[in-house]
Amino acid sequence: MAVSVRIPTILRTYTGGASEVSAEGATLAELLDCLEADHPGIRARVLDDTGALRRFVNVYVGNEDVRFLDDLATPTPDGAQVSIIPAVAGG
Amino acid sequence: MSAPTVEPTTAPAAAPADTAPAPDPRLREGAFGNATALACRECGHQVALGPFYACPECFGPLEVAYDFPAVTREQIEAGPRNIWRYKALLPVPDDIEQSPNTEPGFTRLLEARNLAAELGLDKLWVKDDSTNPTNSFKDRVVACALSAARELDAKVFACPSTGNLANAVAAAGARAGMKTVVFIPSNLEKPKQVNSAVYTDKLVAVDGNYDDVNKLASEIAGEEEGWAFVNVNVRPFYAEGSKTLGYEIAEQLGWRLPDQVVIPVASGSQLTKVRKAFQELVALGLVEDKPVRIFGAQATGCSPVSTAYKAGVDAIRPVKPDTIAKSLAIGNPADGIYVLDICRETGGAVEDISDDEVREGILLLARTEGIFTETAGGTTVGVLKKLVETGQLDTSLETVVINTGMGLKTLDAVADRVGPAATIAPSYSAFVASGIV
Ligand SMILES: Cc1ncc(COP(=O)(O)O)c(C=O)c1O
Ligand SMILES: [Zn+2]
Repeated sequence: MAVSVRIPTILRTYTGGASEVSAEGATLAELLDCLEADHPGIRARVLDDTGALRRFVNVYVGNEDVRFLDDLATPTPDGAQVSIIPAVAGG
Repeated sequence: MSAPTVEPTTAPAAAPADTAPAPDPRLREGAFGNATALACRECGHQVALGPFYACPECFGPLEVAYDFPAVTREQIEAGPRNIWRYKALLPVPDDIEQSPNTEPGFTRLLEARNLAAELGLDKLWVKDDSTNPTNSFKDRVVACALSAARELDAKVFACPSTGNLANAVAAAGARAGMKTVVFIPSNLEKPKQVNSAVYTDKLVAVDGNYDDVNKLASEIAGEEEGWAFVNVNVRPFYAEGSKTLGYEIAEQLGWRLPDQVVIPVASGSQLTKVRKAFQELVALGLVEDKPVRIFGAQATGCSPVSTAYKAGVDAIRPVKPDTIAKSLAIGNPADGIYVLDICRETGGAVEDISDDEVREGILLLARTEGIFTETAGGTTVGVLKKLVETGQLDTSLETVVINTGMGLKTLDAVADRVGPAATIAPSYSAFVASGIV
């Protein structure tokens, strides 16, 4: 079960500069555990002290914001594309 | 002598200017004027001035921090009749006027006696930003973003946009001789598409809503070298341009703050910056301190901030927009939580109205004040009316409503509602028979 995860510029220090990494997990929460094992420190950047997604980070499975899905319980099926993107303002 | 440093509005104690991160040696001296660093609005962490927009610690938005010099009213009044009169308070170099730009700003502040009478307000002004070079307030933010793009030696000037920003980026890029690429949702109003495509041959229509376009732009910004996305990687500089709306309102009122302001909210950036402008003017001693109630306006079909305000919660649940007010159709507004804080803290509110009320708002402003606004302004005027009717706005206080865009760009919104009152033969008897007067 491999899922491809797009890493934003500010987190690439944790992935050795890689903009895309592979991880495993049936849900977003499991995927973040897997990412943490491979790239220590990354989970705490994405999740806050209470274990929820930080306020200014948007996580997408495919093209859908996980807050329209099941948040951290959102399924991340084999072959899915996950993107972590800082929130931006101003249209 | 140095005036007090004005810190980002809610950041916990940003470090003083002398501990600011060292600037990139490739930048020329004074490239960003009196700006000293980019500071996280959430945790105060500072990074060097550059094409950065998210805090590496907490993902919070980065904002420009300054060490302002002493600035006098006279110095400002002696400046040009555009936003560069406030250049000392913006992240732009002192020689900014030498570089081609669209020179937006110093738009009219009109006393709106008819609209005030209609709504039962004692004193009302319309800050009319529809007369900017590409007919929306976005020319202000783009002028600052263009300066940053130039100083950072960007090769491509770009944006995701609900339309007005695309117009402003395409025009400013053309004048600056830069390559522009602008991304819009494919269902955008036709006039807004044309208003970009005349200035650039690289208008990209994306099948999706603004939030999809925004996501795409963020991904491109992370991969492509030398691109300045005005509202993504140079966002901190861009956003500062909205402060000039607040400065102008205060200056045009005779160097004082209004009591109440009604401002449209899409991402919420503009509202937070108008507030920041008022606070800076007070900190710099340019106006007297006083309470200013700040109100946000949304269309019900895309009202995540208003919904959170009414529910009394701090978190904003994103929505899928469905409204004619497309320039306000951002379902996941990044600055929404700050809008909530500001409106609550100042005794204002966030309100929303239906699409029919948006159309009525457009006609109301047109028929009382002769100002043809787009759907965003219809939303703002409609919300002003609703705030009066529901008693949320104090009718005895001095109020300013901001019209951020021009009605010709969203003609379709009212085209079916207005037209000839009669079609008659060219004869006097036909005119009399029509009963028009
Ligand atoms: C005409 C107009 N008014 C208001 C806004 C909202 O500004 P903000 O996104 O800063 O809230 C926009 C664009 O986003 C706009 O085009
Ligand atoms: Zn931070």
